[in-house]
Amino acid sequence: MRRFAIVSGFVVMLLVAWELASESGRWSPVLFPSVLSVARYLWGAMLDGTLSEAIRVTMQRLLVGYAIGVAIGLPLGVLTSSSQILEDTIGSLALGLQTLPSVCWVPFAVLWFGQTEGAMLFVVVMGTVWSVIIATNHGARTIPPIYARAARTMGSRGIHLWTMVMLPASLPFLVSGMKQGWAFAWRSLMAAEIFVTILTGFGLGQLLHYGRELNAMDQVIGAMVVIVLIGLLADRILFAPWERFLHRRWGTNVR
Amino acid sequence: MLDQVTNPSTSAPVATATSKLVVEGVSKWFRTPRATIHALDNVSMQVAAGEVVCVVGPSGCGKSSLLDIIAGLSKPDAGHVLADGLPVTGPGRQRLVVFQEPSLFPWLNVFGNVMFGLRLCPELSNGERREIAHQYLALVGLEKFEGAHVHELSGGMKQRVALARALAPDPQVLLMDEPFGALDAMTREHLYDDIQRIWSDSRKTVVFVTHNMREAACLGDRVLLMSKAPGRIVQHFEIPLPRPRSIYDVELIGHAGRVADALRGTIGGGVTE
Repeated sequence: MRRFAIVSGFVVMLLVAWELASESGRWSPVLFPSVLSVARYLWGAMLDGTLSEAIRVTMQRLLVGYAIGVAIGLPLGVLTSSSQILEDTIGSLALGLQTLPSVCWVPFAVLWFGQTEGAMLFVVVMGTVWSVIIATNHGARTIPPIYARAARTMGSRGIHLWTMVMLPASLPFLVSGMKQGWAFAWRSLMAAEIFVTILTGFGLGQLLHYGRELNAMDQVIGAMVVIVLIGLLADRILFAPWERFLHRRWGTNVR
Repeated sequence: MLDQVTNPSTSAPVATATSKLVVEGVSKWFRTPRATIHALDNVSMQVAAGEVVCVVGPSGCGKSSLLDIIAGLSKPDAGHVLADGLPVTGPGRQRLVVFQEPSLFPWLNVFGNVMFGLRLCPELSNGERREIAHQYLALVGLEKFEGAHVHELSGGMKQRVALARALAPDPQVLLMDEPFGALDAMTREHLYDDIQRIWSDSRKTVVFVTHNMREAACLGDRVLLMSKAPGRIVQHFEIPLPRPRSIYDVELIGHAGRVADALRGTIGGGVTE
């Protein structure tokens, strides 16, 4: 409760400072809109449905792309951890492509898929999959071998060994890998939405983009605020419970 | 040297037919990029059903490698291991291991760890599994900690859970790889009492690897002494003391001293390679 009060106090302080700065009149209200005008924009966009539609479109792209990225990345990461040849080939490919900023996939995706949802998904998947492979590979390799040895003496082998021992043993690394994949997916989707206008859906990035086109700073800042809030919420909802679980069981301080 | 070991009075009464475990001519080499290390050299031993055999030797003499091979976790380069007259080809739950390193699964609580091995026993119902898990946790004195997480336990408690986990599926052979090596002396002495009580109840066949002479003399019916690498079994000692034994018992200390003297002879260059 006390922490909550401190956090809300901090946020209120930021907003007040912002409001005071914009009211001081030193900067043009076109470039530095007040808190109230941004709030008015957000309220209006929510009422006429543009904001909720943009959030829906963005979240759908993000979740589908992320799910595909994880579904490809997890097994590949496990495979690279179990074979030196795959580590040297797929592993180093992943390492190389992970250093490529995901926005660099956008021209490629547009040429291949045109201005379609496919291009969006492709960019998100490329943003996610490599970091998930690397994190899973690393995780599976750093599991203490004693767990598998102990389990094997008790008669665990094959699928049982993988699902009941190796998978839970690598949870700390999987969670951090999936969290990293999520961050990459989120960033690459925003880049793709800002760069690519597509007619099938109007996401948060596009909202941001048109804010710039229309010189509507309240829309630009409003979209940014929403993007930050979604990022924070996703972290709380998707990853915080896992991290709490790991903290309780492993006794490690994940926070 | 070897003949002297394998034939005399100590192993004669233990006829092969009744031996629970037979290790015959086992050798093991480890190949690293730099060198090939000869870990075990033609090791033979027999363990009768219900017997507790302690294997002692200087560190790096291949004791743990020997235990790994008996467990079926690694394969010997020469020789073989028979359990109940059948060759050991891989790990099996008739031979469970208590390791020196903490080997409990942190994603499971104490009860879940003991249940892990029991879940791999298809002949048991779930109710029976839970009942057995409760029973063995009570046996090691941890019935109040069933819901605890592994990291909340002390080192001694962790090894008690590991012991309960190994005992619960009712293996015929228990392999213990310096299980108390990382514990403080007071905790160890407690465990000696507990473990003797548990063994006298269950009459398991036990191979216990240690580098602690008094531990070996306290727990073993026999003590086998290994030379430094390449590991060979160089001497047998009978410990004909009544149980339960105290490690402060004068006679027991005498036995431990004999083993220690022999070990010093071994290390002091008595055995050439």
